Amino acid sequence: MDISPIIISMKTASAAIALTFLLGLFVARWVVRLKSEKAKMVLDGILTLPLVLPPTVIGFLLLLVFGVNRPIGRVLLEFLGVKIVFSWSATVIAAVVISFPLMYRSARSAFEQVDQNLVMAAKTLGMSERRIFWRIIMPLALPGVAGGGILAFARGLGEFGATAMIAGNIANETRTLPLAIYAEVAAGNMQMAAYYVIIVMLISFLVVASTNYFAMKERKYAK
Amino acid sequence: MRLLVDIKKRLKGFSLNVAFTIDDEYLGILGASGSGKSMTLKCIAGVETPDEGRIELNGKVLFDSAKRINLKPQERNIGYLFQNYALFPHMTVEENIGIGLRLPQKEKKQKVKEMIEAFRLQGLETKYPNQISGGQQQRVALARCIVYKPEVLMLDEPFSALDTHLRDQLQLEVLELLKLYQGGVLMVSHSRDEIYRLCKKLVIIDQGKSILFGDTKEIFKQPRLQAAARIIGCKNISGCEIISSHSVRAVDWGFILETGRPVPETTKYLGIQAHDFCLLDVASGDPMKEQNNVIKCRIKRIVEGELEYSVYFSNKEMEQDNGNSDLVYKVRKELWDNRRNKEELYLKIPEQAILFLA
Repeated sequence: MDISPIIISMKTASAAIALTFLLGLFVARWVVRLKSEKAKMVLDGILTLPLVLPPTVIGFLLLLVFGVNRPIGRVLLEFLGVKIVFSWSATVIAAVVISFPLMYRSARSAFEQVDQNLVMAAKTLGMSERRIFWRIIMPLALPGVAGGGILAFARGLGEFGATAMIAGNIANETRTLPLAIYAEVAAGNMQMAAYYVIIVMLISFLVVASTNYFAMKERKYAK
Repeated sequence: MRLLVDIKKRLKGFSLNVAFTIDDEYLGILGASGSGKSMTLKCIAGVETPDEGRIELNGKVLFDSAKRINLKPQERNIGYLFQNYALFPHMTVEENIGIGLRLPQKEKKQKVKEMIEAFRLQGLETKYPNQISGGQQQRVALARCIVYKPEVLMLDEPFSALDTHLRDQLQLEVLELLKLYQGGVLMVSHSRDEIYRLCKKLVIIDQGKSILFGDTKEIFKQPRLQAAARIIGCKNISGCEIISSHSVRAVDWGFILETGRPVPETTKYLGIQAHDFCLLDVASGDPMKEQNNVIKCRIKRIVEGELEYSVYFSNKEMEQDNGNSDLVYKVRKELWDNRRNKEELYLKIPEQAILFLA
């Protein structure tokens, strides 16, 4: 059995969740603090788009941005010697873009659900904005934020459409588990595909179960 | 301590327009629910921003729309006890009290320990807010405000979240604990009783406007304005027609009252507190001929309270009783139960009980 898809998938999903998590948190906090409701609405729409568009459409759009004959892709290639499309980094980019809305939306609603009275109280106690974020808002929003992170990780792990478009299906390089399953089925190796399916299911189950465990431990103050 | 507030802010449905000044006394802000009391406190604390006006504390300008000054809440040094206490649920009692202090660990610990002792919270240091009682939560919240040594302390409905039987005891307790704190106290409440007991000065807010400001006892005795009379709990208010310098007609009630003192020209309403009627318990004769300001009453219904009855009545001699003319008389139970004349009810309105309202 070729284990390279497993390794590539784990690497991709881990790198993607690290980026998505930080980016999602940062953007969510920024949007929550915006004053204008209109700007919030528009931004929220744009940021959620990757969740509702077909992944192939996202893949197509990513090709428009990173293709070697496109402005950004060309700059990266000519000045930095980096070719994004059909490389491992493309699998990460695809996973980040696709999973970002899940992280962003979960974090945003978790932040918004923090009792504003607590934030006000913290201000009157002289706590700085930064301290309020790390000592009050983050701990209280943590269950929601962590839940978003898990969802985003699972989505990144399962990413297929956009990855196929921008990263292709190169064995030992960009062939992640979902792509490997597809390739094996296409080649008639149902047995092999089934192994991969079982592995994906196992990883996903472990991830979800572990969050539930942490959520239970975390809530010692809530009864 | 001196706090000067004069602010305006447009809100949904009404606009806030509040002005008052306090020195070292305890000031109460009294108004119906939703009249803008909490918003006033939030503007002073700086967590909400008024549209225009000025807030000044001990000579320091906290907010001035004309000069574009608006200090952050963190720079205002104002203590704010929230209605639901706003304790941080993920922190222990100790952590809650110490969170605002910016001191080296050792000093901070010492300070928190002092507060825990002063507020009788020993043994609860490592408990979370949801593991302690409402009264204890209130003490933690108060300790958290006071440890920070604010220049003024604002209490938002401090007792409304507590059971009635706890309230009286806690009022005394809080009053005692507030002695640990040297500075002004601003207290918002919709409970007249609370304000009367705890606050020397009073601001009455009606639909976002501060309509009356002064000595609490004075205002309760002579509210001067119809809206203020309602807010301090005067149940009987009638439109008024001035007949002469010493007599008025209560339009809604259909009788004429001798006032015994000059009627202010601005009088548009009359008020009579439900406790201020005198029961004329005569077995025979017609008291209306012998004394003035006596009403022959038609009893509508009687509601039994814990210590007293509320007797709803109207003027029996009024021909058209449209239902809007009911008055209420509150009377001690034994006085009512032992009255001799149970056929007819005569009530006298003492001259000094008549409130002239603009």
